Amino acid sequence: MPDSRTIIAHQFDDPVQQHESSMLGMWVFLATEIMFFGGLFAGYTVYRVVHPAAFEAASHHLNLVLGALNTGVLLTSSLTMALAVRSAQTGKQRNTVAFLITTMLLGAAFLSIKGLEYYQKYTDHLVPGTSFSFPGPHSHGAEMFFYLYFAMTGLHAIHMIAGIGVVGVIAIQAAQGRFTPAYYTPLEVTGLYWHFVDIIWIFLFPLLYLIGSRV
Amino acid sequence: MTSHIAPVKLYLTVFIALLVLLAVTVAASYVPLGRFNVVIGLMIAITKTFLVMLFFMHVSYSGRLVWVYVGVGFFWLAILLALTMADFLTRWWPPFLGR
Repeated sequence: MPDSRTIIAHQFDDPVQQHESSMLGMWVFLATEIMFFGGLFAGYTVYRVVHPAAFEAASHHLNLVLGALNTGVLLTSSLTMALAVRSAQTGKQRNTVAFLITTMLLGAAFLSIKGLEYYQKYTDHLVPGTSFSFPGPHSHGAEMFFYLYFAMTGLHAIHMIAGIGVVGVIAIQAAQGRFTPAYYTPLEVTGLYWHFVDIIWIFLFPLLYLIGSRV
Repeated sequence: MTSHIAPVKLYLTVFIALLVLLAVTVAASYVPLGRFNVVIGLMIAITKTFLVMLFFMHVSYSGRLVWVYVGVGFFWLAILLALTMADFLTRWWPPFLGR
């Protein structure tokens, strides 16, 4: 039974081509996102080469327990997002909505833990600026590390906030029954974005929290 | 639509593998390996990225064109890093004799 949302736009031959075009378009966007974050990763690499000892000393002021916990939270949210897409593929609308809401809650948990870490850095005088204080010989390099820490995790957090908003819109559409096993492209495209933001964190975690060894 | 539907068991297996890799990367940071600490950290991150992209992002059942687009994204990143570091890694090399 065709309805208005499974009708294909006139520039496409069939629903499969229409779906693949949307997926390719999203991958182009994600390629630009790789370059967007890539500039920060390149800056990070340059300054880590210039200040290797300062980066190691500064990295050990990050909270490894909270960082590892947040990585686990984000990996779990990727699982629930993948299961949300699968539920739409198999036509289980209630499961789709439940998995999307779980994904949003895990995203909010990630941001809460991140906020707690930012607060700890603030009280420890590790936010770059006039009150920055890092005793020892590595003050200048450590300040650069924390500039990069806040810029990279901050840009990632902005992506998380946007992602939670988009997942919320998709969850409402799913609850309205807008997705069927024949048409769930917006949900799958949103999933690609969510997993991409997860991958950024997969690299941020070892590069920021795991410099050198903690022995 | 003819999209591939992966079994739930596959998603759970990938998820457990990701958590195991997270535990390994945290444990490895307590072993002093000198510059190999960053090598291990990045190798594990790249492995996790492959797992997420191939299974969660459905790249393994996507068409060749998607593979090209994904590859191009990382290829351009490699150009960005390689050209930047070609400058910064060589700035402190000793100057040529006679110059």
